Amino acid sequence: MMLKLSAGVLAIACVVIAGAAVAAEVRLSPADGTEKLVETLIMAEEGDTILLGPGRWNIADGLVLDADGVTIRGAGAEETVLSFKGQTGSGEGLLVTSDGVVLEDFAVEDTKGDGIKSKGSDRITFRNLRVEWTNGPDEKNGAYGVYPVSSTNVLIEGVTVRGASDAGIYVGQSQDIIVRNNLAEYNVAGIEIENCYRADVYGNMARHNTGGILIFDLPNLPQQGGHDIRVFDNDSVDNDTPNFAPEGNIVGSVPMGTGIMVMANRNVHIFGNRLSGNGTVHVIVAAYPNDYEDENYMFVPRGVYVHDNTYGEGGDAPDGEMGELIAERTGTPVPDIVWDGVTRIPEWLTWVSAENRIYVKEEEGTTFANAKMISHMILPWETKADRDIANYEGSLPEPQPVKLPQDAEG
Amino acid sequence: MSARAPISLLKLALLTVLLVCSAIGAMTGAAAAVDETAILAKKPPAKLSAFGFFADASRQVPAEGVIPFAPRTPLFTDFAEKRRFVYVPEGESAVYDAHEAFAFPVGSALIKTFAYEAADRPGGLRLVETRVLLRQEKGWQAWAYVWNEDQSEAELKIAGAKIPMTVPIPGGGTQDIVYAVPNKAQCKGCHALDGEVVPIGPKARNLNHVFPYRQGEENQLAHWAEAGMLTGLPDLADVPAVPDWLDETAPLDKRARAWLDINCAHCHRAEGPASNSGLFLTWDEKEPAALGIGKRPVAAGRGAGHLKVDIEPGDPDASILVYRVESNEPGVMMPELGRSLTDSRAVALLREWVASME
Repeated sequence: MMLKLSAGVLAIACVVIAGAAVAAEVRLSPADGTEKLVETLIMAEEGDTILLGPGRWNIADGLVLDADGVTIRGAGAEETVLSFKGQTGSGEGLLVTSDGVVLEDFAVEDTKGDGIKSKGSDRITFRNLRVEWTNGPDEKNGAYGVYPVSSTNVLIEGVTVRGASDAGIYVGQSQDIIVRNNLAEYNVAGIEIENCYRADVYGNMARHNTGGILIFDLPNLPQQGGHDIRVFDNDSVDNDTPNFAPEGNIVGSVPMGTGIMVMANRNVHIFGNRLSGNGTVHVIVAAYPNDYEDENYMFVPRGVYVHDNTYGEGGDAPDGEMGELIAERTGTPVPDIVWDGVTRIPEWLTWVSAENRIYVKEEEGTTFANAKMISHMILPWETKADRDIANYEGSLPEPQPVKLPQDAEG
Repeated sequence: MSARAPISLLKLALLTVLLVCSAIGAMTGAAAAVDETAILAKKPPAKLSAFGFFADASRQVPAEGVIPFAPRTPLFTDFAEKRRFVYVPEGESAVYDAHEAFAFPVGSALIKTFAYEAADRPGGLRLVETRVLLRQEKGWQAWAYVWNEDQSEAELKIAGAKIPMTVPIPGGGTQDIVYAVPNKAQCKGCHALDGEVVPIGPKARNLNHVFPYRQGEENQLAHWAEAGMLTGLPDLADVPAVPDWLDETAPLDKRARAWLDINCAHCHRAEGPASNSGLFLTWDEKEPAALGIGKRPVAAGRGAGHLKVDIEPGDPDASILVYRVESNEPGVMMPELGRSLTDSRAVALLREWVASME
């Protein structure tokens, strides 16, 4: 009996020891040096937790994490800072290529390229991070702050991003995404969802960017045909930073003072958002404006439903080429919601089927215009913008909320 | 004191046995043999010599069974000279593939030393680092070893290294650089195919040319097949081949595509780390938009350099691809890893190629 018991205790002890060996907890402080941090990330094993103490790391090269199930946790987004001011190599500050990774409570500053990128990661969580270019808006800043791409089950919450020369939070070619309760300011685009399937974007504050929230779909990419996107309960306000994107990038054409922009994509729902202080337009729905060669690409938005948002001041200072183009068609102030009215030519000649139309349902007094760009091009003197919001009455069935395996709230 | 004497005696005896053994080993050539347990070990050895890849490491003379090779068109890494070697376990062989790197058997190793010409060093080379790719049961492992000052040994550097040095430039002159030895994770930044580490260089099209072996010149693939290291090799006439990118008698398009293939396509392909860019630069790619012709950038950021498309036919100055190969600024330059200098010869070739497009 006694013998049996001790064997049992021994077995339990072994399990505990084995468990500890599998999931190690490593504590690091800046005093341990950068090389130690680099080595710890490289040698990390499945399930490890890497705790970064308060202070500043000055890092000259990009960090890479390639082990599954690893958590990197700092002491807070103001307390633990990874500074890449002296970076001499790599395209980003931190690159994650593994699954089940949690990044939380630290800051990444002044990377030469992107801030934190995940490529091909499943169940990736970015939580309570800060990614910032500390010199403020500058076209020499990196493109993206938080940058999951070709990833699945993406959770981004409680993150602050500042100064990205493309998008503060950029989710590209990914599937099943939640972006919530983040602060994006002084970026070209605050939050951008590009070529993605199933995304919920809610509870975010996007302010003082060039454009607040962008939902884009682009041609010639491995994943395209973005669809099932819900953008709700966000504040997109005072987006008043002049566009500082390097020319050539698609966001370079976004006018200062854009609240929410939908370009291409299918089944996009914009509702319950608060928009004000956006000088060009609060909500714009538009086709992809450039030439392209890609027979699989759908360049016009299919099925967009804009409803129950609140609109403050705006549209009084249309900016840039696109702003000018809009204002030419609608006059100033630009209405709260603008659709460029671009359809495919066969549809222009006939009709657009119900599930592919643009629908608007807003409180009385909300202003709207269909700029009717195709008709305008063909019959420039005959065509006026259609400002009758009642012509766009109707609705679309809303996509199911996105559920993520790593999200306890879900 | 006296109590210790027997132990000392024992030690002496042991030492003698060891010395005799190693002397016998040296006579039979076994001392210069590759240690396969080191290749297969979970933890890499701290010193390069533990692998036994070299008979004379400082002069880069390989051990028996370790075969030198060279790709027709190499990757640019700040003008470093490279010495490459392959080891395949006795009695085993790699399997031929017309498009991808050959499938190597477990226990194989690919060894690549980065060096610069230096008249005052053994063999006329200053050795900087030796990278090894080890084929283990679970896949390839990549490690970098950095050479010491007297070139007697190279030590494992898991976190990589930055080495300030002055390097010679082809055509004369020198340049001060901070040479970057990649860390283990960065190795995968290039050597990844569908998320797994893979070799890049040993592909049929890169190896299909004559190499000056000690015993005479021979086509590398034929040599590998004869040595029993490679199976499935078709008639050489049916094996693809890239030209030497510096060979001005070769067609311009082929030279440029060969350069892009070895310098870019390990990332820029549908299965590579840069798949999300949609820019695919493999030797076999046929789609003009995938090659960048008229293709707009996606996530280039300031890497786009105010330009609108990757390749604007006839206009190299309007082509992002040329701009990024020409740049040596982190965040702009391509490739992202492995260089700090610009190869003006490559820029000239790509300019000429883009200019020739209609």
